[in-house]
Amino acid sequence: MINNVSTLPQHNKQMMLHTPFHSRVVEACEINEWSAWQGYTTPGSYTNVEFEYFAIRSNTGVFDLTPMTKYRVTGADAEAYLDRLLTRNIAKLGVNRVAYIVMCNDAGDVIDDGTLFRIADNDFRLCTQERVLDWMMWSAAGFDVNIVDETADVAALAIQGPTSCRVLRNMGFAGLENLKPFGMQNVEFNGASVMISRTGYTGDLGYEAWMAPEQAESFWDALFEAGKLRGIRAFGSQALDIARIEAGYLAAGVDFVPAEQIVRNGRGRSPLELGLGWLVDFNKPLFSGRKALLKQKEYGPRYRFVKLSVEGNKPADHSFIYCRGKEVGTVTSAGWCPTAKTNIALASLEMPFGRPGDELEAEIYYMRELHWTRLMAKCTVISKPVWDPARRLQTPAPDA
Amino acid sequence: MTDQANVDAIIIGAGHNGLICANYLAKAGKSVLVLEAKETVGGAACTREFAPGFKVSAGAQWLYQLNPNVVSDLKLLAHGLEYAAQDLESIALNPNGKQHIIIHGSHAGGGDLSEHDAHQFAALQGQLLRFVNVLDRVFNRRPPKLIESDWHDKLTLARLGLDMKMLGKEDMSEMLRVGLINIYDLLDEYIDNPLLKGALSVDAVLGSHMGPRSPNTVFTYLYRLLGQHYRFNGPALLKGGMGQLADALLSSAQHAGVEVRTNCAVKKVNLNADSAQSVTLCNGETISAKSIVSNADPKTTFTKLVGLRHIEGGFSRRVQVMRMNGNAAKLHLALDGLPGFSGLSEHQTGARLLIAPDMKYVERAFNHAKYGELSSAPAIDISIPTAHDSSLAAIGQHVLCATVQYAPYDLKGGWNDEQTKQAQNLAIDTIAQYAPRIKEQIVSAEYLSPVDLEQEFNTYGGHWHHGEISLDQVLMMRPTPGCTQYRTPVDNLYLCGAGAHPGGGLMGLAGKNAAEEILRG
Repeated sequence: MINNVSTLPQHNKQMMLHTPFHSRVVEACEINEWSAWQGYTTPGSYTNVEFEYFAIRSNTGVFDLTPMTKYRVTGADAEAYLDRLLTRNIAKLGVNRVAYIVMCNDAGDVIDDGTLFRIADNDFRLCTQERVLDWMMWSAAGFDVNIVDETADVAALAIQGPTSCRVLRNMGFAGLENLKPFGMQNVEFNGASVMISRTGYTGDLGYEAWMAPEQAESFWDALFEAGKLRGIRAFGSQALDIARIEAGYLAAGVDFVPAEQIVRNGRGRSPLELGLGWLVDFNKPLFSGRKALLKQKEYGPRYRFVKLSVEGNKPADHSFIYCRGKEVGTVTSAGWCPTAKTNIALASLEMPFGRPGDELEAEIYYMRELHWTRLMAKCTVISKPVWDPARRLQTPAPDA
Repeated sequence: MTDQANVDAIIIGAGHNGLICANYLAKAGKSVLVLEAKETVGGAACTREFAPGFKVSAGAQWLYQLNPNVVSDLKLLAHGLEYAAQDLESIALNPNGKQHIIIHGSHAGGGDLSEHDAHQFAALQGQLLRFVNVLDRVFNRRPPKLIESDWHDKLTLARLGLDMKMLGKEDMSEMLRVGLINIYDLLDEYIDNPLLKGALSVDAVLGSHMGPRSPNTVFTYLYRLLGQHYRFNGPALLKGGMGQLADALLSSAQHAGVEVRTNCAVKKVNLNADSAQSVTLCNGETISAKSIVSNADPKTTFTKLVGLRHIEGGFSRRVQVMRMNGNAAKLHLALDGLPGFSGLSEHQTGARLLIAPDMKYVERAFNHAKYGELSSAPAIDISIPTAHDSSLAAIGQHVLCATVQYAPYDLKGGWNDEQTKQAQNLAIDTIAQYAPRIKEQIVSAEYLSPVDLEQEFNTYGGHWHHGEISLDQVLMMRPTPGCTQYRTPVDNLYLCGAGAHPGGGLMGLAGKNAAEEILRG
């Protein structure tokens, strides 16, 4: 078991890292609005958040996701190792398939969520929001695995939206329309191999492209050239956040606190408490968190994670949720969904609240010209995401 | 469990705690099978010939805290336990060859020890023994859990609180003050004589990876003092060596109906999901049991027998970071005559002899060990059992058995023949400063580094206690959080060895308490 950390610029030479797309990102980032993401300089927005958001929903949006943490797991025990590390059954994941995953600590609290790519029998890429190398290395004892942090060695773009398939096909990647959701395939670009997966974080038809850093700039150029007539536009983290809330996707560090970062007892959340029980395979004999989750399944989770439709149009950011006057939880993410045209919130409620039909209210504060207003907005628990277009799952992917 | 289990309980390892645990289980009507990898039982309680005609207690050399309840419950005296010597004095050897100080229980005298120091020592021991009384109440039962505690735990905690309260205001606040500090500072507060302090500090660090200035060493000293609470007014020797304890435990266990198989190494513990079902032996045989009890140390249990890949990730990490690298070596010398120690009578040669002229000497010895080096002037705890027991060597011949502190498990460059020889010479040279003619008397010598001890006794790191007796690895945290009260994260798998509460030292309580816990179900 060896841990090779990528060679990165020294911090005393360069405090913030640049992704391999940086030259193009700088060019596109008209408003110069930057934020830090896992040590990288990334744009919160390039031009205008609404424009960027609507590119995702109506055309093609492009997002530089290179800073997303990427671990390569190889070795004879790679499958067995991941099977113990993650709550899903990895044996069931085929080669060239991708799975949404969570990993838990022994207490059953979620350390992180992410996606697992099976590149070959014993070759996996695990993408996570947080840096979880410590946990992965500790967990590796007793397994013949090799774990490499390849975050800086793989450049990645998300290409999302109804015209995304057409744009990629315009780049010359014929047959991509036949790629199924959560599938992946290698395409040739400039004589090099680029991996394209039908995955994303926007709840729409979309792809992610994974390539060597040397390919990054020319790939970007070719992509934007191919998408010129399809309304292609780069988008930043703010537009992405609107899209993922609309699709009902969780964000680590926002909708739950990653277990390894928790200081206070009881602040963690289990997959069952995040609505992710479907990711937990109790038929597996062992995985980290199994014992605690079995117990939780028997005695009942402490919290319920819900999607709420909130009355009115004021975002219920960080609101307390009440049920007949009793405080029963808080909102973790909220926003007005421009396409679904509804006001939604993701919230963590104490059990047993959040049942269908519970009369819930969000306490919303908002400010207009230095004037604070408080309102109590009725909330309805909804079971389905407010944005879930058929094209997300259609194969062949619709042409547009 | 689908298949009918072969036996109620399998005990992996016939160390003293394994035999004791097996015995209590059998006495409660359980069918018990003990599987021992070696040819002999007893683990570190063993007598072995190390040179033709010379036998020695190859593991533990002194019996000083065997729990009296274990002795009476298991009728060990009726099963052949016989003392060659009891309540021995400890003699702190003075490098000047005279003015040695004699320690007997709570009394010290001789040499240049002032009356004031003798008085102070007695007062200190008296107070520490009152603390030990409180500790003993906790050691005699399973350690209480603080969270998720049941009525039994709450009772233990309430009793502990009451016992502390009963100490009185002064003693209680003193116990809280000194409980976590180091022996160096504590002895400096009470005593002036460097030689006495040096010898006492050895008791606080023997077998551990700590120096007198390491925090925690008052606790380890209290741990050692438990012997005095168990009516050992000084260490004892068994007739025929420590193997006699193993024989008596075996006889008593077999009398209770325990089946013991030797030369029968367990290769792995088989799990069904997260529950232990059976063990597979090195010969391929599989035996199932309702409870599987490991007398092996926790690291061996989980890394080798269960396998780290078969436990959850967080617990695997706990097992990996447990501190249990041994830092003490054994020296065995076959001698053609009773060694003459400067300033000691022949009779006194049979006492416990300590080489630790002052606390700084011990701390300096530890400094080397901290950095993976051999101590150039080690602290040494010497026993010459043949002064009391003629069964270990021919008439006129003697064996010297010593614990050499320190000898780091992870010695720089590794424990090869050359380094072992050098370590042996350093230890012999050190003894020769106090017994000038000893080198001429040596017929044969054997030096067991922690790596040798690891191999001989199948204990990870060669650690006496199956893990440091440090404040983060005792009581409800022994051997490690998530694995206390003799239970493990693996259902039906229990620990009964020194790695479990309250630890080792041939006390026998880990085995006894584990049996009680297993019977509780």
